[in-house]
Amino acid sequence: MCLAIPAKVTELLGDDMARIDMDGVSKVINVALVEDLSLGDFVVVHVGYALSRIDPEEAELTLSLLREAALVGNAS
Amino acid sequence: MNRAKPIRRKLDIKNGRVELSHGSGGRAMAQLINDIFHAAFDNDWLRSNNDQASLDALPGRLVMTTDGYVVSPLFFPGGDIGSLSVHGTINDIAMGGATPKYLSASFIIEEGFPFADLERIAQSMGEASRAAGVPIVTGDTKVVERGKADGVFISTAGVGVLPEEISLSSDKARPGDAVLVSGSMGDHGVAIMSRRENLQFDVEILSDSAPLHGLVADMIAAAGGSLRVMRDPTRGGLAAALNEIALQSDVGFAIEEALIPVKPQVAAACEFLGLDPLYVANEGKLVAICEAQAAETLLAAMRAHPLGKNASMIGHVVEDENNFVEMKTGFGGGRIVDWLSGEQLPRIC
Amino acid sequence: MKYVDEYRDPALAKGLAAAIAAEAEAGRTYRFMEFCGGHTHAISRYGVEDMLPANVRMIHGPGCPVCVLPVGRIDDAIRLAARPDVTLCTYADLMRVPASNGASLLKARAAGADIRMVYSTLDALRIARSEPRREVVFFAIGFETTTPPTALAVRQAKAEGCANFSVFCNHVLTPVAMRAILAGEEEGVPPLDGIVGPAHVSTVIGSRPYEFVATEYHKPVVISGFEPLDVMQSILMLVHQLNQNRCEIENQYARAVVPQGNARALEAIAEVFELRDSFEWRGLGAVAKSALRLRDAFAAFDAERRFEIETKAAADNPACECGAILRGAKRPMDCKLFGTLCTPETPMGSCMVSSEGSCAAHYAYGRFRDRARTQKEGVLQ
Repeated sequence: MCLAIPAKVTELLGDDMARIDMDGVSKVINVALVEDLSLGDFVVVHVGYALSRIDPEEAELTLSLLREAALVGNAS
Repeated sequence: MNRAKPIRRKLDIKNGRVELSHGSGGRAMAQLINDIFHAAFDNDWLRSNNDQASLDALPGRLVMTTDGYVVSPLFFPGGDIGSLSVHGTINDIAMGGATPKYLSASFIIEEGFPFADLERIAQSMGEASRAAGVPIVTGDTKVVERGKADGVFISTAGVGVLPEEISLSSDKARPGDAVLVSGSMGDHGVAIMSRRENLQFDVEILSDSAPLHGLVADMIAAAGGSLRVMRDPTRGGLAAALNEIALQSDVGFAIEEALIPVKPQVAAACEFLGLDPLYVANEGKLVAICEAQAAETLLAAMRAHPLGKNASMIGHVVEDENNFVEMKTGFGGGRIVDWLSGEQLPRIC
Repeated sequence: MKYVDEYRDPALAKGLAAAIAAEAEAGRTYRFMEFCGGHTHAISRYGVEDMLPANVRMIHGPGCPVCVLPVGRIDDAIRLAARPDVTLCTYADLMRVPASNGASLLKARAAGADIRMVYSTLDALRIARSEPRREVVFFAIGFETTTPPTALAVRQAKAEGCANFSVFCNHVLTPVAMRAILAGEEEGVPPLDGIVGPAHVSTVIGSRPYEFVATEYHKPVVISGFEPLDVMQSILMLVHQLNQNRCEIENQYARAVVPQGNARALEAIAEVFELRDSFEWRGLGAVAKSALRLRDAFAAFDAERRFEIETKAAADNPACECGAILRGAKRPMDCKLFGTLCTPETPMGSCMVSSEGSCAAHYAYGRFRDRARTQKEGVLQ
C-alpha cells in the first residue's frame, strides 16, 4: 500500500507548499509534515504531501551494503 | 424587379457560441459549416456543397474504417481532438497495410460551445489532413442541448486502398516471428493525464499523435510479404495490443522490458500515478510482427523514418496455449503482462 | 530517477539472489509475510519470487487498505453519494471495489451520483471551497501513511471555517492488524518465520511500534523500502537473523525511516483522531482498537455524525478464502473461486479487488509460475 516516491524540492512556495520534481515531472505539494526543508532535499511524496526527508548518507550506506551482499553472493 | 441580396454577416468567432439553431438545418447552420469547417478543410468536394462526395474509383481492394473521438481535455500538449480524429482514422487504415485516401467527419457539438474553440479544432483537423495528404471530403454537424455532450465529439470515417499482394491480419502471428515497436510507449496517455482536472502535474511530454501511413509505406516497401500483423497500441497500450494479437493468432509472446522504449518523464509520471507505461495509450506508434529473418531489414527501414527513429525489437512470438504475454523484467525476473482490467486509474496504494 | 533506479539494478539483483540462496539453509523453510501491498506489488511486478530459492516463501499480508475495507463501508459511501446535496471525493483506487448487490462507486457515478476522483485531500478541500453549496465528503481510507494528509485537511478546514467539508473516516492501524495476524496463527498451519515490515507506514510511526513482534511473538521484522532490491535485501536480513537465532526489529529503509517516526505527522493524527473501540476488516473480522475516527473537537467534519451513518455488516461469498489467504494460511490458487468465478474483472473477494491484493497480483503477474510448476510436475509424472 501507500504509493510514495522520492522527489527533489525545487522551489519553496511558502504556506507549507513546495514544488517538487522527479525526472521532469513537476508538481506542487504540501510539505507541512517535514521540518526544516531546504532546496535540493529529496522527500518521499504521498497523495500530494511530503511524508519524510530522504537521508542521503543512509541511502548510500544501504547501497554499499547491497553491493557488498551482491559481491558475496556472486562469489558463492 | 431586383431584390437586394441580404447582407451576409460573418460568425462572431471571437465571442460567439454554438446555439441549437446551428444544427437545425437553416441559415445559421450553413453559415457555421461554411465559416468554420469549409474554411478549415477547403477542397473541391466540400465546395460543391452536396450531401455526399463523389470519388473516382480506386485500384486494389477498398479498406474502410470509422472511429469516435471523445477525449478530455479537448486540447492537450502536442495535439487536440481535431488532429487526433484525423490521425486515429488514418492509422486504423494504415494498420491494414492500406493507403488512406479520403476522410469524412461528423461533429456532435454541445450547445454553448465557443466558436473560437470549434474553429481551433477545425483548423487543426484541416492542417492534419493536408499534412497527411488525406482530404476530408464530406461531413455532418449536429448540436445537442447543453449538458448532453462534453463540448464536442467527433466521428471520422476513412477509405483507403490495399494492394492485392498485402495481407495483414491480427490472426497471422506465428511462433518465431519478431515483435517490433516504432517508438516510445505511453507519451499520449501521460500528456492527456497531465492536464486532467484534480491530477494536474507539469511534464514536458507531448502527445505522440501522428499519421503513420508514411512509415507503414516504407515498412511495406522494405519487408513486404514478411509483415504479418500491424496494430496501433491506443487504448490499453502495448499490453492490450499484444494480448489481442495473442488471442486472435492463438500464440503467446516473450518480450523484454529492457528493450521497450519509455521516455524518462513518462516513466516518472507513471511512477507518480501508480501506472504502468505498458498500459498507457499511444496515438502515433505501432506494433509490427514479421518473419524473424526480415526483422533487421524492417527495423532499419523503421529507424530511417522520422516516426520510427526509436524503433526497437522487443521480443518474439512463442507457442502458448494460454496466450500469455510473458515479460522478462528489467530487474531480471519474469511476469505476465495481462489485459488491463477496468480502466487504468491512478493509484494511491 | 534518483533513489529509485539504484534499487532496481538487475546486476545487483543477481548477486543478491545468489546471496539469499547461499544464506538460506537447505532443509529449512523460511516463510515471510510482506505486510504491505506495496511490497506485494514490487515482488509481483519485478518477478522477485522467481529469484528466490524454493525454500524461501513469501506470504502476501493484509496491507492493502482497499482490500481490507469491508463491503458495508462501501455501501455507506454509495448511499452517501446518492444524496442530491453530496459530492463524494475519493482516491481512484476505490472506484471499482465491489459493494453489495454488484454495486460500486463507478456504477453509482454512472447512475448519476456526483463522485469525483481526487489525487489528494488538498483537491477535495479545494472543491469544497469552490462549491460552497455542495456537501463535499472525502472518503478517507488507508493506513498510517495516508492518515496525516487527512488530518491536515481536517485541521485546515476547521481553521478556514470550511463548513461544507467532511470526512468519512476509514483509517486503520498497521501494528494492531499485525498483532491480529500473529495472534490468529492456527495449529496445523505452518507459522510465519518473520515479517517484511511496512515502508511508508514506518516513515510516520517509526520502528518502535513493531517491537511486540520480537518480544511477544519471537519473530524478526525488517522494515523494508518498496523497491525490489530493498525487498531482497530485507529478505536476506531476515534469513540472516533466523540463522543466527535472533529476532529483532531491523530497519533496511533507513534512508526514510527513523525509530521515533515523524513527530509532526503523529501530532496531527493525535490531534484530529481517536481510536475506535472496534472496526471490521475484510478478511480478518472485527478487530478491537484497530481504526480511527474523528475526535469530538472535529465532530462537525465527521461525515458519520453529520449524515448519521450506521454501517450494516454485509457478508462476503462463503466460498471465498480471502480470510485464510490474508492470514497466510492459504494461497490464491488454493481457493476454488480463483481465476474462475473470481477474476480482476469480476472480483468476489477482497484479495482480487485492488491490484495490490494477493489474488489480483497473483492473477496478473504470477499465473505462469503455476503453469511452469504444473508442466514440471507433468514431466515428473
